[in-house]
Amino acid sequence: MTMRFGVVQFPGSNCDFDTFHVLKNVLKQDTVMLWHKDHDLQEVNCVVLPGGFSYGDYLRSGAIARFSPLMKEVKAFARKGGLVLGICNGFQVLLELGLLPGAMLRNKNLKFLCQHVHIRVENERTPFTRNARAGQVLRIPIAHFDGNYYAPPRGLADIERSRQVVFRYCDAAGNVTEEANVNGSLHNIAGLMNKDGNVFGLMPHPERASEALLGSEDGRVIFESIVLSLAPRSKSKAPSAAKKARHD
Amino acid sequence: MRVRILVSFKDSVLDPQGQTVKNALHTMGYAAVRDVRQGKVFEIELDKMTMKEAEALLAEIAHKVLANPIIEKYTWEFIKGPAGK
Repeated sequence: MTMRFGVVQFPGSNCDFDTFHVLKNVLKQDTVMLWHKDHDLQEVNCVVLPGGFSYGDYLRSGAIARFSPLMKEVKAFARKGGLVLGICNGFQVLLELGLLPGAMLRNKNLKFLCQHVHIRVENERTPFTRNARAGQVLRIPIAHFDGNYYAPPRGLADIERSRQVVFRYCDAAGNVTEEANVNGSLHNIAGLMNKDGNVFGLMPHPERASEALLGSEDGRVIFESIVLSLAPRSKSKAPSAAKKARHD
Repeated sequence: MRVRILVSFKDSVLDPQGQTVKNALHTMGYAAVRDVRQGKVFEIELDKMTMKEAEALLAEIAHKVLANPIIEKYTWEFIKGPAGK
């Protein structure tokens, strides 16, 4: 079985080619671009919603992209257990789609934040982080205006209980502090997954930190984890890893 | 038939933009301003229909599209006068 990645392009996506480049040239994976108006996922094994400003962030970030025809297919794909990764704007689209719980508010300091941050691996038993260690600190850039994660108190408690938080903003030493929480996210949440563990979104950009030339290779562990999860020999393992994470 | 829909953050959700506007007003000396909440306004023109139909339609589009019910609430008012005014 060959595995194939699909990168979705919306009008306004601007990290689509970076993501494509990392998957295709750095990880040497079969990768295709998927146009948002298509109805065909081209038999990909993992759908990536890249960063950018789909539909100019009109109405709310990700609010219009969710109505694109291809999103119907992505929803069905996710329901069947397919792996879906949303980066930055892709994360916002997953929230608007209802594939992930919660919503994004404007950054607490009302500034567009473009800088390197540190994030800590909170759950390494996921198809997206299985190559990482628990507590590992990654240095990855962010670039967003609306990354201030919010969920109502009950929903937040549920997310924590089911161990859906995959990454939290932290300092270089791995301490989850208020200062490190640059955008004001509740519980320092930088990335989270759904209950089944097959849909994952994060605000930082791992595709901008996957080559030494760019100053950090820390983001590659996410893509490598997905490749490992999709590899034929571990295919039967991937779902149980997700399940395990859920019941821990 | 014209409607003005107001979308704003729920009271339980922090509104950093509203807070910043409030702070600016305080800095300017408008001490009487107690709180500011910022929101969005949509003016929508509808086909002729009964009020009941209009209310149902508005509730649907406000809930599905115009507002994100996790963080936002909405109200609407029917307005008079020609479009664009």
